[in-house]
Amino acid sequence: MDVNKTVGQPISRLEGKLKVTGAAKYAAEYQVENLLHGYVVNSPITKGKIINIDIAKALAIPGVIDVLSHKNRTKLAWFDVQYTDMDAPPGTVFKPLHNENILYNGQPIALVVAEDFETARYASTQITFEFEQEAFETNLQNNTEKGRPAKKGFATALKPPPPPPTGDFDKAYGQAAVKVEAEFKHGTEHHNPIELFATTTVYKGKGKLTIYDKTQGTINNQLYVANIFGLHYKDVRVLAPFVGGGFGAGLRPQYQLFLCVMAALHLKRNVRVVLDRKQMFSFSHRPPAIQKMRFASDINGRMTALGHSVYAETSNFEDYTEPTANWSHKLYPSPNTLFEHNIVPLDVYTPMDMRAPGGSTALHAIECTMDELAHKLKIDPLELRLINYSEMDPSSKKPYTSKALRECYLQAAEKFGWSNRNPEPRATMRGNKLVGYGMATGIWDAFQFPARVEAMITKDGKLVLNNATTDIGTGTLTVMTQIAADELGLSLEEVDFQYGDSKKPFSMFQGGSAITSSTGVAIVVAAKALRKKLLKKAAQMENSPFKNASDEEVIFNGGNLHLKNEPGTYVSLKNIIAFNKGKAIKTTNMGKPHMLKLRKYSLATHSASFVEVEVDQDLGTVTVTRAVTAVAAGKIINPKTAKSQISGSMIWGISKALHEETIMDDHFGKYINTNLGEYHIPVHADIGQLDVIFAEERDELINEIGTKGVGEIGLVGMPAAISNAIFNATGKRIYKLPIHFDELI
Amino acid sequence: MNNFEYRRASDTKDAINLIHQQEKSKFLAGGTNLIDLWKYNITNPTSLVDINHIAELSEIKALPDGGVRLGAGFKNADTAYHPIIEQQYPLLSKAILAGASAQIRNMASNGGNLLQRTRCYYFYDPEVPCNKRVPGSGCPAKLGYNRIHAILGTSEQCIAVFPSDMCIALAALDALVNVEGPEGKRTINFADFHRLPDDRPDLDNTLKPGELIISIDLPEKGFTTNYSYLKLRDRHSYAFALVSVATAMELDGDTIKDIRIALGGVAHKPWRSKEAEDFLIGKNASAENFSTAADLILKDAKGFGHNDFKIKLAKKAIIRNGLMALNPDTQLPGAKPSA
Amino acid sequence: MKRTETQTPSHLQQGTCAVNIKVNGEEKTLYVQPWVSLLDGLRDHLNLTGTKKGCDHGQCGACTIICDDKRILSCLTLAVMKNGSEITTVEGIAHGEELHPIQQAFIDHDAFQCGYCTPGQLCSAIGLIKEGKANSREEVKELMSGNLCRCGANIGIIDAIMQVKDGGNNE
Repeated sequence: MDVNKTVGQPISRLEGKLKVTGAAKYAAEYQVENLLHGYVVNSPITKGKIINIDIAKALAIPGVIDVLSHKNRTKLAWFDVQYTDMDAPPGTVFKPLHNENILYNGQPIALVVAEDFETARYASTQITFEFEQEAFETNLQNNTEKGRPAKKGFATALKPPPPPPTGDFDKAYGQAAVKVEAEFKHGTEHHNPIELFATTTVYKGKGKLTIYDKTQGTINNQLYVANIFGLHYKDVRVLAPFVGGGFGAGLRPQYQLFLCVMAALHLKRNVRVVLDRKQMFSFSHRPPAIQKMRFASDINGRMTALGHSVYAETSNFEDYTEPTANWSHKLYPSPNTLFEHNIVPLDVYTPMDMRAPGGSTALHAIECTMDELAHKLKIDPLELRLINYSEMDPSSKKPYTSKALRECYLQAAEKFGWSNRNPEPRATMRGNKLVGYGMATGIWDAFQFPARVEAMITKDGKLVLNNATTDIGTGTLTVMTQIAADELGLSLEEVDFQYGDSKKPFSMFQGGSAITSSTGVAIVVAAKALRKKLLKKAAQMENSPFKNASDEEVIFNGGNLHLKNEPGTYVSLKNIIAFNKGKAIKTTNMGKPHMLKLRKYSLATHSASFVEVEVDQDLGTVTVTRAVTAVAAGKIINPKTAKSQISGSMIWGISKALHEETIMDDHFGKYINTNLGEYHIPVHADIGQLDVIFAEERDELINEIGTKGVGEIGLVGMPAAISNAIFNATGKRIYKLPIHFDELI
Repeated sequence: MNNFEYRRASDTKDAINLIHQQEKSKFLAGGTNLIDLWKYNITNPTSLVDINHIAELSEIKALPDGGVRLGAGFKNADTAYHPIIEQQYPLLSKAILAGASAQIRNMASNGGNLLQRTRCYYFYDPEVPCNKRVPGSGCPAKLGYNRIHAILGTSEQCIAVFPSDMCIALAALDALVNVEGPEGKRTINFADFHRLPDDRPDLDNTLKPGELIISIDLPEKGFTTNYSYLKLRDRHSYAFALVSVATAMELDGDTIKDIRIALGGVAHKPWRSKEAEDFLIGKNASAENFSTAADLILKDAKGFGHNDFKIKLAKKAIIRNGLMALNPDTQLPGAKPSA
Repeated sequence: MKRTETQTPSHLQQGTCAVNIKVNGEEKTLYVQPWVSLLDGLRDHLNLTGTKKGCDHGQCGACTIICDDKRILSCLTLAVMKNGSEITTVEGIAHGEELHPIQQAFIDHDAFQCGYCTPGQLCSAIGLIKEGKANSREEVKELMSGNLCRCGANIGIIDAIMQVKDGGNNE
């Protein structure tokens, strides 16, 4: 019998109507009775101590309720571990308003609470602080001698240090036929989702709180709040049904959550705290990094030595790392390797995962170095990748569960027209513009986290699913609904996936491109258990034709349970529930990675990006006129939302290559372009034609659904492809990002 | 982020009277820069006098001498798309449309455009010194990050740039600014309206306290055949100019009869060089001659490190824009370089 | 016609201005201090949270609304300045349950991900179409550049506008 499958179909986002009518509510938008408004005050100094705070003038303003600072804050948890969160790096978590010490510029130092937003904002300017300033260091380049390997901790599981050396790198590199040495510099970047970080805390009395928060992890923040404020876990409910972008910034609880909850508990009132755009630059960011590359090959282009050493910023209180030097040897075999990752503690806030952390920084350096090597070897850059193509992961010597990178290379090259490339730089003109082609490889993790899903059939025959995950714009609601609909043979309308609520069964934070595989697998596991239960119940019905039917002998379709061999024999799910006295039949199950099996494999998504740029021959202005990215990421549940994930992250690649950077003024130890006018992300006029290809990649090993995740893989190859295209156009290699057009004159 | 009073003025006299009544009063037109600065705690008016409802300020009309009068309250977008401006002053239209965004151009007034304050990072951060914001406190830009800063007409005290696009065209067109204040009416040549920082970087222009811009007069000569506005910036739209050039020419065959070249993004005011323009008159409109003129314009240019590139870039932009002015059809949306 | 009035907190009665505006066809009176932005007036006082705050400084376009037939930024506008004006926000674009063609086109072209910049993009697109100054795709891109999208839904947004602008003809 025909079963209508929704997986693989380009379904429009199910929450689309809510988003285009303004009905979708974000964290700062819940109407709550007697709401107080908090406004944060941030440190204007970079390091030192608060000597005195004068809040008298602020308190005298009508409408001001209180000013909270380290002087009068409520009693809090004592131990660092209680402040930790699922994404905390090893070290000492930053504790807002903990004491008089200033650890970084922009650190929150007070919260003004008032009856209305405007009064709180005004009063925040009427507080006077006295500081004792200390010398600080914020420049990465000047402090590389402080570089050291990171401490290991909980986060190391997802962010392993680079693999140990193999062979004899120095010797091999020294004697190599062809080699390239280059140093790459990347600046600081801030996530800057367009929604401002915000929390609305509803004080329900007796230590109970309902919190609307901007987060990528409802349970992560629930635990954080409960631990710090000594509340019962079940009394803290964190809701985030709509999240206006995260990109990693919501993987850790941000300080507005802490301050908002503190004020609500202290004042026993409902409180909202919304950060302003400048404050959005006062916490997590992508760390600046310096990468020293030394790659060598034989005269035929086979890699003989891979050297990649990294110096990246962290704070003085946490050891943030991201896998950076780990990637080249996952792509290219080489008998001799030397990888290092050093962190340099500076007087800044701790960096944090930002879309494709590590990978997007690393692959820029790796793939530009490969391009330079190809140029030296006079081998086509794509050909050089194919010469060094590996079916297995050379760094772990394990096979990949699947790897359709070759198909990505070939399909994208074909669509792009790579064969028309002139290898000679500065040789192709279009009017005033130099035209260049560039390509690069992308690779990214294929994570799966444990997740629990509650699944039930209700008396109206509908499937309701519960899981705590968020949908930060990735299409999670739609994709989960599709997976579930197919599992029970229902239409999308008959499935209700409920999410964005810490009360629901466990989900990790939404990061690492992992949620489709995590919650998706849990849905499959729960659906299987639910089908069993439904069959068992159906078998108990009077004269049931399902009495002796096994799981394999039945099929769920169209809201009914059928006998496979006699499709005309069926019972509706509604009737099964009616037989169950109208009580929903439910099950809660855990989906988790098959660690034992997967230990024998390497897991990754791959991509190939091809880019055409036009560079004005006199003025240097750069336009990415078109780009093609082919992605191998296992099964694509929804080609429409997945395509948006990839084209969106390709735009992140354009942004990283040509636009965004947070500028640190080391004299002040502060960022100076803390606004969206001077922190440039691409505007519509910057975006040319972008094509996305999903290469067929069947993966029977990785998990029950064969998915790998598409949130980040579209970004990793783009910056290098753009840089390489600019070299092809102009003959200039710029070893830093973003590339400013004036550097091409 | 202080609180303030709000009053609506009914006519220009009323507006000038109201502004006079309170110290730290400000006229409020589009609000696109004033509200922005107030929210950043950079300007702290005690009273705002709303001039959006003064009919006299919202006019655009032909003048008997063949020129056009732009009301100070007339919106930037309405100006750029007005048939008279599109036909008689296409350079002005292009320059306005290269600035800000469609929404901001719908809000921003012509008078307000003249009064935009610099986008210097340090000016915009009340926590750091800035001679323009707090006279005598110092200029961190000189030794700090100065990619967006000036290369011409800088002083020891200030290296900020004036951010307008519209005003670069107005400078090229030799506009006049009609103002009215407690002491009566006067007209200011556009070249004299904005000033260099010298030792008073806190003063952006030569308006006297309480004076209101009433209108801007455009002389009859609008350079409708050979003109171009080129804007170079870190993204293709919605960013301030690193360098911009307005070029307007009158040609006799290949020979330049009259030419105006005004630069934006390089100084505390729109930058013109009489010497360079005089050099070009009577010469061919060639890349070589534009190059020589560029050297004259930039002969005193001085970089501060991160903005050194502007000297080279400005020269190339002057040459390119001269060539683009020969064929205005080569202009692309957003005043991008010609294809 | 229904008239809604907002309440003023007691500590703010002094200096409060009455602002009469027609929002999405309904007459409203806002009692606000002069320093309340139109954006905060809509969001906090009228509970019209469809209009978004992304930067509060005129740098992102999320707060775009249509005021007296023109797209403007509500964050850089004081509510008092618009006394007597007619305003359309994202909540007022559709006709009841029937979506405006641009709303449907946004869904069809997957022109959003997180949805936060979407109301501003939609109001801006309606303003752009009404202005009638954008013919080519390049011009649409230029004249929509005041609306940032951090998710990178740019292609879908421009595709959707091209389709609606040309009456369904996406060329």
